[in-house]
Amino acid sequence: MIWREDVECAAPADLKELQSGYLKKLIPYIYHNCPVYKQKLDKAGVTPDRIKSIDDIRRLPFTTKEDMRDHYPFGLFSVGQDHIREIHVSSGTTGNPTLVGYTKDDLKLWGDVMARVLGCAGAVPGDTIQIAYGYGLFTGGLGFHYGALEMGLRIIPTSSGQTARQLKLMQDFNARIIACTPSYALYMAEEAKELGYDPTQGNWKIGIFGAEPWSEAMRQEIESAWNMLATDVYGLSEIIGPGVAQECHHKDGLHIFSDVFYPEIIDPKTGAPVPEGEDGELTITTLTKQGIPLIRYGTRDIVSMRLDKCRCGRTSPRISKIKGRTDDMIVVRGINVFPSQIEHVLVGIEGTQPHYQIIVDRQAHKLDEVEVKVEVEQRFFSDEIKRLNEIRDKIRKEIENVLSIGVKVTLVEPKTIERSMGKSKRIIDKRAL
Amino acid sequence: MKITQISIFLENRKGRLYDVCSLLGTNHVNIRALTIAETESFGVLRIVVDKSDLAIQLLRDHHFVANFTDVVAIEVPDQPGGLASILKILADNDVNVEYMYGFVEKFSDKALLVMRFEDTEFAQQVLAKNNIRIVAEKDIEGL
Repeated sequence: MIWREDVECAAPADLKELQSGYLKKLIPYIYHNCPVYKQKLDKAGVTPDRIKSIDDIRRLPFTTKEDMRDHYPFGLFSVGQDHIREIHVSSGTTGNPTLVGYTKDDLKLWGDVMARVLGCAGAVPGDTIQIAYGYGLFTGGLGFHYGALEMGLRIIPTSSGQTARQLKLMQDFNARIIACTPSYALYMAEEAKELGYDPTQGNWKIGIFGAEPWSEAMRQEIESAWNMLATDVYGLSEIIGPGVAQECHHKDGLHIFSDVFYPEIIDPKTGAPVPEGEDGELTITTLTKQGIPLIRYGTRDIVSMRLDKCRCGRTSPRISKIKGRTDDMIVVRGINVFPSQIEHVLVGIEGTQPHYQIIVDRQAHKLDEVEVKVEVEQRFFSDEIKRLNEIRDKIRKEIENVLSIGVKVTLVEPKTIERSMGKSKRIIDKRAL
Repeated sequence: MKITQISIFLENRKGRLYDVCSLLGTNHVNIRALTIAETESFGVLRIVVDKSDLAIQLLRDHHFVANFTDVVAIEVPDQPGGLASILKILADNDVNVEYMYGFVEKFSDKALLVMRFEDTEFAQQVLAKNNIRIVAEKDIEGL
């Protein structure tokens, strides 16, 4: 179903008028409420009165993940802390996590866009949804929860993990919709078979999968394993969490909710918009958010965008699946991982210098595994195995603390990690996504 | 009267032990005693050689992680209960042995053992007090 036909199917001219109205309100709001942005806008020579329509967005400066880090925790907020009702964090590149906060209206917006996601995937009020994204600081679980509340679905908030229980609850409560990471969906199909259950006879008929990149091949595998429609959801916590864009059953691009999250596809080298259909960095302006509205935020995701009307009736622009990143971030079991986070840990452990390599692998139908190879150094080498194991375990624990996922740490001989142009090749991703 | 052991980090990879031995061999360094401690992914090779300064230089020049470790070499009666008698003395005096291994050669009819202690100084005092012969570095060189 189309949850918000008024905006999702709006005529382009009407949509533009709506966006222009929002932007004309947003810029003075940010300018007068967020000193960091005021400085940014002043520096770019943009005063609020110069913003007359959405086309003027190109005059505005970009916002980057570094800005989020530099102004941690509350520098980019446009409201006082007493107006914040909920806080979420995601991975930062180093040290501090990326923090976002929602006002009461922001949470309402989140519920609205997530209801659109659910509708776009094929949910109708009264459906039962099993939410197997993690609940907590990660936006996945609660984002779906709010959308399902808004639409009026029956919610089974299983959160992630405990596969046998997931499968039992799916059957006992006849859940028609499953929301989780695509790799977990495949893993559960394999587990179901192990438990003597035929996943093609499963209750789930619609899957809403995201939080990590996945391919068409993986979609086909999931669809045939579970005999379901597998759709892709896109979002990032800086913008709202899940709820930025979603595929309809035509699976022909992700409808981005451009009335509230204004998308531009930017050439990361020049900062100029690319022609329609060409690849560039997805850059989003949150037109109506109050807590931490962001102007032209660089998502670092490489996508293309098309503007033609979809067969489903929606007129909203459609973005492609993520084709790459402008940085070296990888996603492991739904968690964003930056090599710099691991570097930070290694530097922090006395005697360790950051010669390391991250190897990500996924055995067939298994969850992602991460191995961090660390070159042993003269300074922390010991003739005693127990001391070496202590160092290895300390590195492992600290990395796990920062990343919130289990890793294997292997000590290797110096100069064995491949260096190209003097720099180590930090990530070896062996997964066939 | 400590002697110097060289400890070398080795990954569990084919040929790594050979690499070390052939490097030392071509440079006329003789290995007197040797042991390997291994885990699933790496091992530590511990050796006593006749020219330890040269050996460690060679190893480090070839990108091995190698350290000097102080160990104690002692003579042990080469007969049933010989080692037990010494270990009893150590245990009675609360001296903990981290690891130990044997020499290839010996001076006399007694076996020659390398021992690594948590507290090397204290262990030496205990051994000396109990008239156990501690072998000096120069004895090793003369082997």
